[in-house]
Amino acid sequence: MIKHESIETNAGLLIVLTMIVISIGGLVEIVPLFYINGTVEDVAGVRPYTPLELRGRDIYQREGCYLCHSQMIRPFRDEALRYGHYSLAAESQYDHPFQWGSKRTGPDLARVGKKYSNQWHVAHLNNPRSVVPQSVMPNYPWLLKNDLDYSDIQERMRALKKTGVPYSETRDEYERNVKQFGKSVADKLDILHAEENLISQALVNDYDGQPSRITEMDALVSYLQVLGTMVDFSKYNEGYFAKFR
Amino acid sequence: MAQAAMGSSQQYNYEICRKFAFMALVWAVLGMSAGVYIASELAWPALNLDIPAITFGRLRPVHTTLVIFGFGGSALFATSYYIVQRTCQTRLYSDWMATFTFWGWQAAVALGAVSYMMGYTQSREYAEFEWPIDLIILVTWVVYFLLYVQTLRRRSQPHIYVANWFFMAFILATAILHIFNNLAVPVSLFSMKSYSLFSGVQDAMTQWWYGHNAVGFFLTAAFLGMMYYFVPKQAGRPVYSYRLSIVHFWALSFLYMWVGAHHLHWTALPDWTSTLAATFSIMLLLPSWGGMINGIMTLSGAWDRLRTDPIMLFLITALSFYGMSTFEGPLMSLKSVNALSHYTDWTIGHVHSGALGWVAMVTFGSFYHMVPRLYDTRLYSTRLVYVHFWLATIGIVLYITSMWVAGIFQGLMLRSFDDYGNLAYTFVETVAFLHNPYMVRALGGLSFLSGVVVMSYNIFMTIRNARAEAAILEAKLAAKMARI
Repeated sequence: MIKHESIETNAGLLIVLTMIVISIGGLVEIVPLFYINGTVEDVAGVRPYTPLELRGRDIYQREGCYLCHSQMIRPFRDEALRYGHYSLAAESQYDHPFQWGSKRTGPDLARVGKKYSNQWHVAHLNNPRSVVPQSVMPNYPWLLKNDLDYSDIQERMRALKKTGVPYSETRDEYERNVKQFGKSVADKLDILHAEENLISQALVNDYDGQPSRITEMDALVSYLQVLGTMVDFSKYNEGYFAKFR
Repeated sequence: MAQAAMGSSQQYNYEICRKFAFMALVWAVLGMSAGVYIASELAWPALNLDIPAITFGRLRPVHTTLVIFGFGGSALFATSYYIVQRTCQTRLYSDWMATFTFWGWQAAVALGAVSYMMGYTQSREYAEFEWPIDLIILVTWVVYFLLYVQTLRRRSQPHIYVANWFFMAFILATAILHIFNNLAVPVSLFSMKSYSLFSGVQDAMTQWWYGHNAVGFFLTAAFLGMMYYFVPKQAGRPVYSYRLSIVHFWALSFLYMWVGAHHLHWTALPDWTSTLAATFSIMLLLPSWGGMINGIMTLSGAWDRLRTDPIMLFLITALSFYGMSTFEGPLMSLKSVNALSHYTDWTIGHVHSGALGWVAMVTFGSFYHMVPRLYDTRLYSTRLVYVHFWLATIGIVLYITSMWVAGIFQGLMLRSFDDYGNLAYTFVETVAFLHNPYMVRALGGLSFLSGVVVMSYNIFMTIRNARAEAAILEAKLAAKMARI
């Protein structure tokens, strides 16, 4: 039996023992999440963000939206009625970093996609109180004014590719994406055509109502409109997702 | 013994403690002002003024960073350098290393705040620093660790005092947390933007393992180190139980690292992880209260000091808030409670009863004890310490009660149904309800902030008087020398 005195009189021993004691919890709780198969559900439809959505997501982070909006619906009756099906781990598998949030000063956004029109989002982001009088959200008028900077979109996608997001650069990677996501999605995940894809998505959809320009508003609204829309829940019965929990 | 003849300000490196203590107060005023401002933005959204840099989303990390790392961090550097020197009875191992940690830390905090206002953020709570600043922090921290260990190794006491164990655990844990939570791939060498290495559920787990242990080690273990030195010193009595401090230390260090996942109850994190975290959160109550009891009972037999010594009042009140928030924490980590409290202002209130009640109050008490000793003088005004105490206490009470009302009522409103099974309230109706609690919260914050301003004035006058006294003494000495 060692006496505690021997730890108190030896700085090296104190450091080693402390390191051991503080390492265990993290090891036990975090490491298995990378290896247990059921941690991320097996579900079809979830894909990486298109270049325009990705830039929108960057802006979402830049403005600190995550501080007031969660993207994580919990399996409760009121949340199901208010927001929709509870969130799956699979739905944020390409989210670097995750945007689950910790506080709802505003409502959850995990399934906000397609719930409101583009025009509503533009009006709301520009001046929230013009559509929701009691809102405490700041105005974001600069989103309509700032042209979107997409000069480094390829570098951004390459950085994400390094973390494991399946954006493609080579023929093989492209073929793999065609197999996994289908051709129309795979085309948009191609790094080499990122600028064209970004421009065409912005022009075709004209999210911000300014057809001649690509603004930060275009990018942010394109991101909001895709949130929670990737999984088709009508294809799965209710019990399917429960077994992963 | 040549050393014994020297004044303690030559024997020890007090200059570094003075610098860090000064900056702690500067960051406190700035960080808490930012806090009062963003609290007001939630009550009166027009205050966002359509200026990107000061919108809530960008200013909130400025508030948390300046307060946790600017104020809290600088206070910990100041007191840990003071305590390690006093308890080891030796000077810091290296003056330049100490100075290096000072500038490294101040640079990281200042750059962090400016970069968030410009829109550069990792969007990980309390780890918003982008990758270049993370590297500055890493280098600073390694130097801090080496300096601390080398100072411990040259101690002239056989035993390492308990306060230093806590500081050591804090330094080690913060290093591990900082490294693993900030693993990221930069967009390019010249870009401030990076993407985290992990995604989704693993990323969330890593972040909240970090997030809660930023509370556990940065804001708790380290401040317990502070407590274990300054409470016995100010009371003039030994720590209540030596044995309890051993149990307290090892149990706290072991258990804290398990509890982060209670921030992810009912999410897409697997149930086994969050259940494990809840279990450990409840166990954590025991060492937490053990520590509180050990601190408060140190005053056993000298309770009358609370009537006469406002510094003691600060320290004991801090421990009481520590006890309260470490009871509230395990309560909120229960899944059924968390289902209501999570995502609401109850969490914000809980954090502030810990941050204002425990972290800030124990720092104020410690500074009132330490700063006069750093300048070899007496505190300018005891009456102002009382003024500060009441401004702070009233501020905290307004803050946490308004957040209890806000959080619990919002949670109840969101889950209530009408007779037909429809939702009884829309989300925005709960937002409208929050207006009054938000005003009271801002008022509480303002009261707390004014207390800090009073303290800053008191400390400023203390230092000014000390300098004047020193100058007079020097003039007298010079005159004496001239006569000889």
